[in-house]
Parts: sequence; C-alpha cells; structure tokens
Amino acid sequence: MTYKTILAAIFVMAFPVVSQADAIGDDARGQQIFKKCAACHQVGANAKHRVGPILNGVFGRQAGTAEGYTRYSQGMTRAGIDGLVWDLEHLDAYLENPKSLVSRTTMNFAGLKDAQDRADLIAYLRVFSDNPANIPEAEPTGVPPEVTLSPEILAIVGDPEYGEYLSSECLTCHQSDGSNQGIPAITGWPTEDFVIAMHAYKVKVRPHPVMQMMAGRLSDEEIAALAAYFKDLE
Amino acid sequence: MKLNRRLFLGATAATLAAPYVNAAGHGRPKVVVIGGGAGGATAARYIAKDSKGEIDVTLVEPSRSYYTCFFSNLYIGGFRDLSSIAHSYGTLASQYGINVVHDWAVGIDRDAKSVTLAGGAVLPYDRLILSPGIDFVDGSVPGWDTSAQNAMPHAYKAGSQTELLKAQIEAMPQGGVFAMVAPPNPYRCPPGPYERVSMVAHKLKNENPTAKILIVDPKEKFSKQALFEEGWQKHYGGMIERIGPDFGGNNVSVDAGAMTVTIDGSVEKVDVCNVIPAMKAGRICDMAGITEGNWAPVSGHTMQSRLDENIHVLGDATNQGDMPKSGFSANSQAKVAAMAVRGALTGSKVFPAKFSNTCWSLIDTNDGIKVGASYQATDEKIAKVDGFVSQTGEDADLRKATYEESVGWYAGITSDMFG
Repeated sequence: MTYKTILAAIFVMAFPVVSQADAIGDDARGQQIFKKCAACHQVGANAKHRVGPILNGVFGRQAGTAEGYTRYSQGMTRAGIDGLVWDLEHLDAYLENPKSLVSRTTMNFAGLKDAQDRADLIAYLRVFSDNPANIPEAEPTGVPPEVTLSPEILAIVGDPEYGEYLSSECLTCHQSDGSNQGIPAITGWPTEDFVIAMHAYKVKVRPHPVMQMMAGRLSDEEIAALAAYFKDLE
Repeated sequence: MKLNRRLFLGATAATLAAPYVNAAGHGRPKVVVIGGGAGGATAARYIAKDSKGEIDVTLVEPSRSYYTCFFSNLYIGGFRDLSSIAHSYGTLASQYGINVVHDWAVGIDRDAKSVTLAGGAVLPYDRLILSPGIDFVDGSVPGWDTSAQNAMPHAYKAGSQTELLKAQIEAMPQGGVFAMVAPPNPYRCPPGPYERVSMVAHKLKNENPTAKILIVDPKEKFSKQALFEEGWQKHYGGMIERIGPDFGGNNVSVDAGAMTVTIDGSVEKVDVCNVIPAMKAGRICDMAGITEGNWAPVSGHTMQSRLDENIHVLGDATNQGDMPKSGFSANSQAKVAAMAVRGALTGSKVFPAKFSNTCWSLIDTNDGIKVGASYQATDEKIAKVDGFVSQTGEDADLRKATYEESVGWYAGITSDMFG
C-alpha cells in the first residue's frame, strides 16, 4: 500500500467526523514542524513575503504565482506554467524532496523524510488555506523570529563595497551565482532576513558550527554590509 | 581587531597617502603569481577581477590540468572520479584576462624583480606571489627518495601519483597489507593521511575484506583523532592498526625494491606502501632565498615575506602561525594578499586581514566530519580566534549533512579558484 492510498484511506475514514485539516494530519504538531520553514516563510494574518513566499492560500495555488512575490526561480515559475498546482499530493512530494519535484528550485530545504511529519505540516498549512477567516490574529507568523533585533540594528544601512570585501570569506563555500550544490544560496535575500539569520547564528540560536563561527566575529555593521552586497548579487 | 567605519576609513586614507610603486617604469603594474593551486589561482583571480584591468596578472603553473589534493582521497575511495577533481585554467585566461603560462619558474632575481622560466622567458614584476605548495625533505624516510615514488607512491600531490596508488590498492592480493608511513608535523592537510586510510579501508572492505592497513606514525596525536578512531572501529573494526612513536613509529625505514618497512628494527613485508615524507616549502622559495628552515616566514597582515616586501607567499609553503596547511587556508590567505597587492599597486581600499579554515573529512559513506577555526593577523603571527570540531557520537543525519556540505564546499572553492 502506497502512502497515497493510505492518505486516501485516512480521508475516507476520518472525513465524516473531523475537519479536513485534522484528516490530513495533526495541525498542532504541524505548527511545531513549521519552525523548520519559518526562517524563510510566513503564514497568518500579517504574513509577508520573506526569502520565500507567503504560504497563506497555498493549497490549490498554481506554483510560482503568489501575488507580489518576485524571487521565484525559473524552475518554479516553469513548473507552474507547466501546470503544477499545490494540492495534497504535490505538496507532499515537494516537502519530501523539493529538488526532486522542482529540479531547479532555490528552496534550500533537504526535505522531510517522515510521512507523518509531512502530513502534519500540510495539515497546518491547510488551516491557512481552506478558511482564511480562521487565521489567528495573535500569531501572525505562527512562529516568532529567531532573534529579536533592536530597530537600530535593523536600520543600519550596509556599505556594499565593504560587503564585497567581506564576502570573499563567504564565497569559499557559497556560490556567487546563487546556485546550491550542497551549500545554501545566499544571494538575493531580503536585507532583514539576511540580517536576522546572521544574528541568529551569531548568538548561536541557529545550529551550524561553521556559520556560528563566521557570524560570531562579524559586527552589526559588517552583517549589514554583507546583506547589502548579497542582496543585489545575481 | 574589530573594524568599525571610522577605522576602515582611516585605513583607506593611509593607503591613499602612500606612494605607489608603479611598474618597472611604465605601463600597468605587473603581478606574477607562481603556482596555480588554491593560493595562487585564487590570488590571480581576485587581483584580476577586483583591479578591473588595472593590474597585469601572469600566472605561472606547469600543469595544464590541475588536480586538487582536497577530495583526491575521495577518488581513491571511489566517491569521485578523477575528472571531477581536474580543473583547467581556461576561464582565468578568457574571463579574467590573466596571462596563464604553463612553465616552471626556475629562478627569481629579487634585485631586478624578475622571474626566469625554464623555457627561457624573463617576467618582470612589481609584486611576486609565491604559492608553490610543498616539496619533500630528502632523507626523512630512510630508503625513500623521488626515484622510489613509483614503487612507493606519496600521492601527496594529486594526479598521476593518486592514480598509481589507487591502482596498486586494486592489485593487492586478498588479505594483503597496505602500509602508510605518515608524515611528521607540520605538513599539508593535517587530517589528510587519516582520511586516506578511511578511504582505503572503505575500498578494501568491499574488494578485499581480509586485507590489513598498517599506519606507521611518528606523531603522538593527529587531527580529529577521536573522530577517526571512533569511525574506524565502527566501520572497519579490526582492519586498521596504527603504530605510534611509543612502539617505534618514529624509527622507520623502507626498502622499495624488497617492498619492506622496517619499524624499530622489525621488518614487515607489505603489498602497498604509501610513503608520505616530511615536507618543506616548494623549492622555488629556497631558490628565492626567502625561507628560514623548511618554510617561508610571512606577515599575517599582508602575507608578505618577512625577508622581501615585494614577495607575498601563500598556503602550505608559509610559516604564518596558527593556520593549518590546507587548500581552504591558502584560499583565505590569497584574498588577504590580493587585497594588499591591489592596495600597494593601485591604492585601493585595504581592510584588516581576516582568515578562516574548515577541513572536512569523509570516514565512510555519508559519514563526514569537520574541524574549523577563524583567525586574525597580529604582528607576530596569524592567531586563532575561535574554532569548532565535530563531536564523537553524532547521529547519522548530521554526519550525512556534513558530507553533503563538503561536496558543496568543493564546488564553492573550485569556483572561487578557477572562476
């Protein structure tokens, strides 16, 4: 029995007594799993596009068409044109292995191998799709930012020329053309997301020893400079 | 030193005020880079790229195809093919305007500021960058010299030697013995010999499971030792034996004709013998007269030779302080040198030197580990600031992620070197 038929069976059995979200999986558990996504994606009432697009209404949406999001990869745009729609089956496949479904996606996510994790996450996303009125007002993103930075730090205008100098340290591992061959792409990020991510490494909220070390000795100005430089790198 | 805006503006002003030492009288200032590896190729590319044509860059490298030492162990283990670690200099020439000369540098006239090539050409320079890698110390393993390297390969400069070693492992009789004579400190790629043992074990486990691996090691300790030993026990239990200095690992000689290794007087017959001798700076450093002992001392601020301010030395050949001899280190040092050279020749901004290094090693399929550190320049040396190392007992997912990260790093650093 394949996963798909299991899902279908669960649907048939569960549908009469519980809501549709519950039928897919446990959306409360899915909210916890969404922390893996929250560095790049927001859902909820005040959600904004970040590194990745808003995920409100993703169910049933044509791939690569979130309104106002401008950073889709060619691969994702093409997949949408070719008819990819985010239904249960395709969200499940994408979350299991993003690069398998959309080969040139820029989503730097290895995938969720556990079928139940995916089902629970999809159930959580479903909450923000099947009935937008239910979007919880108190928790705009479902998950708070990894680090809370003062307005002063977020307001620093980075010097891209200084950022270019500092970037040479990044480019030993990260590709300047934005490709991901095993190390995530860092080009074209919104400034605030870049700054938050680097500060999250700096205070060791994000768990990666190389990045914790690299960010650990960057000043606030240096992080801003790098954000300014990489933002406009194609 | 922390850099704030005021400091770096100050640094800029100081640079602008300095007089430029312009080319040998006329034209664009000239930089000659000797050695097209992780240090030299990176330095040439960054100087050419960032000076936007203001500096004339010549890269002297004998090989048309460069095989990276990093990941050459993965070729031995069967995780990469040889072509995947081969790189050409075509992009540096076509996209960056670097004059790539495939020849050997055979002489350096520091007074005339010129380099003589084996083919007879003489290249004048305003700044010279030496990134020649390593050569071996004669007599460090009695019985071994370069004439024995076919019978007992070092495979510590990648390419034909690596192919030879792999072929010899494949030709071992069932239940045969692979011996490695490990090098004394300091040497290129501290975890390299032990990653190599891991890759040889991986290969033998599949092809020749009763074979044995013998490491004869003059060192008490080695890089990532606990991690390697844990991995060897887990993946290759019983196959690998290491003889350290306590048991005569520092008293070894070889006989390439008889294929024997003599350890503290006890003669062992072996089937393959990988001799990694003691190392020194590539010979051109000696010829330039910029070595003290086996290595070329440099200032960490600019990677300038302590003996000649017109020469910068990069990578394995240097004595700089705390950084390991690695491709990552050479790449990191190259960027500091490139910035210093541009500052001196064209007055571009110069920022305080920063360095970093990470060394990934593969123990078995999807079992990757890493060690790394960040560094800063002091007047005395390049000094370690902070570091990390993989932990024993890490779960399989993390080790797999570490391996995948190393594959990404390989793609990153080779793009950074060769464009």
